[in-house]
Amino acid sequence: MNLTLKIWRQKDAQSAGAMQSYSVADISEDMSFLEMLDTLNEQLNEQGEEPIAFDHDCREGICGSCDLMIDGQAHGPEVTTTCQLHMRSFEDGQTITIEPWRANAFPVVKDLIVDRSAFDRIIQAGGYVSVNTGSAPEANSVPAPRDKAMRAFNVATCIGCGACVAACPNGSASLFLGAKITHLGELPQGQPERMGRVASMVAQHDHEGFGGCTNIGECTGACPKEIPLDVISQLNKDLRDSLRAGF
Amino acid sequence: MASTADVSGLTELNGPPEQRSDDAHGYYTPAAQKLVDAKAPTGLIKDRWTTRKMDNRLVNPANRRKLDVIIVGTGLAGGAAAATLGEAGYNVKSFCYQDSPRRAHSIAAQGGINAAKNYKEDGDSTYRLFYDTVKGGDYRSRESNVYRLAEVSANIIDQCVAQGVPFARDYAGLLDNRSFGGVQVSRTFYARGQTGQQLLIGAYQAMERQVAEGTVTQFTRHEMLEVIVVDGTARGIIARDLVTGEIETHLADVVVLASGGYGNVFYLSTNAMGSNVTASWRAHRKGAYMANPCYTQIHPTCIPVSGDHQSKLTLMSESLRNDGRIWVPKNKEDCTKDPRDIPEEDRDYYLERIYPSFGNLVPRDIASRQAKNMCDEGRGVGPMVGDFRRGVYLDFADAIARLGEDAVREKYDNLFDMYERITGENPYQVPMRIYPAVHYVMGGLWVDYDLQSNIPGLFVTGEANFSDHGANRLGASALMQGLADGYFVLPNTIRDYLADGPFEQISESHPAVVEARTSVEERISKFLSIGGSRSADSFHKELGNIMWEYCGMERSEEGLRKAIDMIRELKAEFWSDLKVLGTADSLNQSLEKAGRVIDFIELGELMCIDALNRRESCGGHFRAESQTEDGEALRHDEEFAYVAAWEWGGDGGQPVLHKEDLIYTAIEMKQRSYK
Repeated sequence: MNLTLKIWRQKDAQSAGAMQSYSVADISEDMSFLEMLDTLNEQLNEQGEEPIAFDHDCREGICGSCDLMIDGQAHGPEVTTTCQLHMRSFEDGQTITIEPWRANAFPVVKDLIVDRSAFDRIIQAGGYVSVNTGSAPEANSVPAPRDKAMRAFNVATCIGCGACVAACPNGSASLFLGAKITHLGELPQGQPERMGRVASMVAQHDHEGFGGCTNIGECTGACPKEIPLDVISQLNKDLRDSLRAGF
Repeated sequence: MASTADVSGLTELNGPPEQRSDDAHGYYTPAAQKLVDAKAPTGLIKDRWTTRKMDNRLVNPANRRKLDVIIVGTGLAGGAAAATLGEAGYNVKSFCYQDSPRRAHSIAAQGGINAAKNYKEDGDSTYRLFYDTVKGGDYRSRESNVYRLAEVSANIIDQCVAQGVPFARDYAGLLDNRSFGGVQVSRTFYARGQTGQQLLIGAYQAMERQVAEGTVTQFTRHEMLEVIVVDGTARGIIARDLVTGEIETHLADVVVLASGGYGNVFYLSTNAMGSNVTASWRAHRKGAYMANPCYTQIHPTCIPVSGDHQSKLTLMSESLRNDGRIWVPKNKEDCTKDPRDIPEEDRDYYLERIYPSFGNLVPRDIASRQAKNMCDEGRGVGPMVGDFRRGVYLDFADAIARLGEDAVREKYDNLFDMYERITGENPYQVPMRIYPAVHYVMGGLWVDYDLQSNIPGLFVTGEANFSDHGANRLGASALMQGLADGYFVLPNTIRDYLADGPFEQISESHPAVVEARTSVEERISKFLSIGGSRSADSFHKELGNIMWEYCGMERSEEGLRKAIDMIRELKAEFWSDLKVLGTADSLNQSLEKAGRVIDFIELGELMCIDALNRRESCGGHFRAESQTEDGEALRHDEEFAYVAAWEWGGDGGQPVLHKEDLIYTAIEMKQRSYK
């Protein structure tokens, strides 16, 4: 198939960016979206134009590196990661718009690459269990109820890609935050620090410039791992409890 | 366990190997003396690690914060090591090329992690895990290292559970586990098909906790490009900030490489696109030995290549072989037909035919090689890529008829969905197509029992070292090694080295530091100034084709010689015809790629020389010249039970081959048979 691509080009964080048009020909429907961009980049290199920078790594839907807004949708028209999106989801002759994640807390680094290190700092604020290596009790000495362990697993599937933030009109990271709060909050190992954790992680979230949640739900719709919206209710409940407890 | 001669580990069960063939003559220089792991412990095998931990010296807590540790890589081995050494109070600097440590490629491991917990009371033990691992590695790993791995395995699970890793549980809330990879006991702990992700996030969170504490400083989007070696000792690294392009000098008292494997030398593999050999290869060029580089694990159940555009291969869980039947058409002319129109009598269920007792569940190396044989005979299926059809059917029609579609869906739903997303075909209706792909490497930098390379102060952990897997790796043992090294082994061995500190201060103007930095800067300007016509990617693809064709699942003396010539030509062409646009002082992915590709090219040449020298079939490495009468892999223990550790011979020079004998004291070597 032949396609017209409108792609955001931005030299670096300081420069202004702009959309530019490119055409690619002979795209196979078996290609992944990123392989289609590889093809364009090989073409640009031949023409003496600097290839387009974009983040990607495992290309099997798990590392969370890939982060493109495709026709205004995080990761494009399917519920998946950009690397697992294939060209058969598009039509011959189509024009496709490709932009970086859009959020104040995710500044553009270059072209389609944004800086998501705010997520690391939210985890640093308390997204862990404070256990030192070598001091752990025997694993089966603390049973975890199966239903709670299942829920913890279901939300621990978050890959930290940031699609929830990019999709949210408020640029909120509440789904990401709620997933971690719920993951650790459902397990017995996460209880001792539960109240302090939610308070400090929420404070860091706000400090980073992510917006507030108004329950629009775009986040869960864009999440390639289908993290459910109820983690945000859990987040709010835990936050209320922690405030009552004086955190 | 009939082959156990002596569980004590006090008697040598084999003599030193004596190599008779010399296929690589003219390509290498033999070392004058045998390489000895001077730290290899002796005595009762079960006591060796305990004794070593006691014998290794301690570092006073007040002195630890004065000691700087650099760790390159943030996967299971690097992330776990950074967290643990940070907790201990050392001053840790952690580097990764990704935008966050959480994206290291350990995240993609699916199946599970082994541990000798014996929760199912089915006869598992440290000794049995040790035995299975040594046997599975085709007796080319180190006995003491593997025993230690099995010994600490149970602690890994405790540690991860305490961190909140959501492993599968039974209805009583206790940990569940399953059997995996042909092992007869249940010892594999798992978190659905995302065990690697959950374990990595546990290590990452532990590491971020230390970042908050201030003991670990993380440098993301940084790539290590050189080791600084001062008076024979590793004292730091030169790294490039991938965003600004700035070349940075980072000095330390000790350097740990936890930078993963180099399967991307084949271009198409299941590795992440960014996984590379640069950290290891730069260390190799600085004098660190590269051991058994030709040992590659090929995984039999990947989604086949669909065309020349393909950038990577995706693994399908091996568990599919429990219910799927593997076949190809008996007649070449049927290969283009719809498989549903090929009648039963025209199908060749070749694994069931050749290996009636194991059938579709033969080990990875055998399943892979037979798939290749079928395609080489012209009976492959799927799209024509080049002049080949590279695929065999994995058919669930019988399982669906027997169990019903719902039951099959329940077991394999996410895998079937993933397959359909990638191929556009519905595997409930049309048989899946699979083909082997490069998955993991067992070779890596040579280390002693303490995980220290032959360069003092340079330690190597996880997939980046060579020591634990031998010539083959069993399912669920890679995650175990990464975390064992990072959480438990390295922290206990590195302190003996650090006990000699504080070390002499080095300044950035030291000639060795200046030399390392200058060489990096010159290399980068060279890449940008060649001004040729080909992208780094095109060289990488060409290298991958050569490696897969001649140094992949089946290798021959003739093919390997040809490959070495082709790689040398490719290398010359790289230096004269490379085209990298953009600048050095900005984010430049083509420039990053160029540096990695030339390192892969040099490594590829060494892999071929290593494979050429080793005239035996072992693990995933099948030498055409070494097979049994019925075409099975044939090892030659009396000639090759050694570690091949290669020393860099200089640009234009020949590598030097050091041999470390593998002497077993607790397990007797036996040929594998699956017929």
